[in-house]
Amino acid sequence: MSRYFTDRLARNVVFICATVSFVILLAIAVFIFKEGLPAFKEIGFINFIFGMVWRPGQEQYGIFTMIVGSIAVTAGSLILAIPLGIACAILLADVAPFKLRRFLRPLVELLVGIPSVVYGLVGLVLLVPAVREIGGNGFSIATASIVLMAMVLPTIISISEDSIRAVPMSYKEGALAMGATHWQTIWRVLLPAARSGIGTSIVLGMGRAVGETMAMIMVIGNAIILPKTPLDPARTLTGNIAVEINYASGLHENALFATGIVLFIFIVILNSIAVILFKRGTHVQTVT
Amino acid sequence: MIKKSKWFALPLAALLVLVFVLAGCTTNATSTPTTTATATPASTATSSPTKTATAKATATGLSGNITEAGSTTVQPVAESIAAAFMAKYPEVKVVIQGGGSGVGVKSVAEGTVDIGAASRELTNDEKALGIVDHVIARDGIAIIAHSSQMVNGLTKSQVKDIFSGAITNWSQLGGANKTIHVVAREEGSGTRAAFEEMVMGKDTVITATAILQSSNGALKTTVAGDPDAIGFLSFGYLDSSVKALDIDGIAGTVANAKNGTYPIVRPLLFLTKGEPEGLVKEFINFCLGPEGQAIVAKDYISLN
Repeated sequence: MSRYFTDRLARNVVFICATVSFVILLAIAVFIFKEGLPAFKEIGFINFIFGMVWRPGQEQYGIFTMIVGSIAVTAGSLILAIPLGIACAILLADVAPFKLRRFLRPLVELLVGIPSVVYGLVGLVLLVPAVREIGGNGFSIATASIVLMAMVLPTIISISEDSIRAVPMSYKEGALAMGATHWQTIWRVLLPAARSGIGTSIVLGMGRAVGETMAMIMVIGNAIILPKTPLDPARTLTGNIAVEINYASGLHENALFATGIVLFIFIVILNSIAVILFKRGTHVQTVT
Repeated sequence: MIKKSKWFALPLAALLVLVFVLAGCTTNATSTPTTTATATPASTATSSPTKTATAKATATGLSGNITEAGSTTVQPVAESIAAAFMAKYPEVKVVIQGGGSGVGVKSVAEGTVDIGAASRELTNDEKALGIVDHVIARDGIAIIAHSSQMVNGLTKSQVKDIFSGAITNWSQLGGANKTIHVVAREEGSGTRAAFEEMVMGKDTVITATAILQSSNGALKTTVAGDPDAIGFLSFGYLDSSVKALDIDGIAGTVANAKNGTYPIVRPLLFLTKGEPEGLVKEFINFCLGPEGQAIVAKDYISLN
């Protein structure tokens, strides 16, 4: 009897926890939409999304430059982080001797624990002057991409490493038995077999890149212009909210919540991609 | 059993939804002090019991509540003064909130707070609402550059041209042949509003290519690290890491701001709807008196 009681209790606890996370998500969504939708109505959806000028003092609200800024920084950081991250994952999963791995893995995980404001500070003090030597005033998409790269790397490394490790040993043994070199085995067998996991790691990294705020504000310059080169400053969607919400009221505040809606939709799309990739991965593995 | 667990969870879920909806409401109320929930008891408290309190002020001290909201530049100094005021009159409770100069003006006009705070001059429209301003301190805005900058001084119109993007190279100002990196505060900042009002004028806007930093501290760090940067900063944040440029030949010092020669000085204001009376009047007089002004002088420019 008491076994059944524990069983039921456990079930209820788990159920409650799941309900709480669902309700929190729902509450956030409802709140953002409630506060943000009036702005869409007032400004007009097209004007808001494709407007080039953001000047709240003169009632001009267009976030197109910020959408471009967010995409540019995210793309820039991924271009830097993907080759580095996958190379590092290969090293940790298949190349490095056990001792080196035992030393490197916690180091990579430590990168996750560093608060983003610290990344921003390091970027502001070290990276901004360095980029200024190349051109522009140092606050730029390039600087922000490098800072973001460091923040996205741990996600890509650890998930990619796990998925490379999850490739059945028989694949590797088979390839080696066929006379493939170690590198050929990695490149032609392990990576293709692990590609869905690697894909998931990239999408999750992308999610982190889109959502990052504090470090971005400190190094990207927050200028509201359409960036033309990687050395130009820009503003991200998250940065727009964080920089201005303290003073905003009325329509300005609604417009910032509407920026949040756009971000919300961004993240939903990214997560859907992650789910689809993940599903396809299990499918492929059962078939082969 | 599954059915039972569901019955157990459903009301709980409903309760949670309710809690979150309510939580949403309260955060809303505190973030924009335009809702009446927090302020109404205070304003009623000040109107009736305080008059009697003032009457016996000399004998037993004051009692009642005061609410203040507005400029974040004024906020720290208002908090210090409120603490001193409450220490002197333990029966009085003063609540200080931020929100920005715009919120300060709006809240006092709507009567949701007793005192609004602003770090810029009132516009004529705002004065027409029957708001009375009380200057409690002054703050200079320094034009700052990197400590190695060769240019030592600018005219006010040169500053305007730099920030509007008409002058883009230090060589046009007698400096090195380097592109000027304009650094400004974000839209909505009281310091930016004051700078725009006193330097840029009505029709000129700060160039879109300006780097925007969201606090005085971040702006100072930016300028301190960039040899070609220029920015504007509250006097309260000035130190040796940056160089304050002379404006129209006048050095940006507290002394020059006090004697009226330095041209970019803004008032820090307390706002009341109509002439203050009762407890609010006592509090404002306390700010203007020697005790309040001694606190002001720590960060800003006192009135005398």
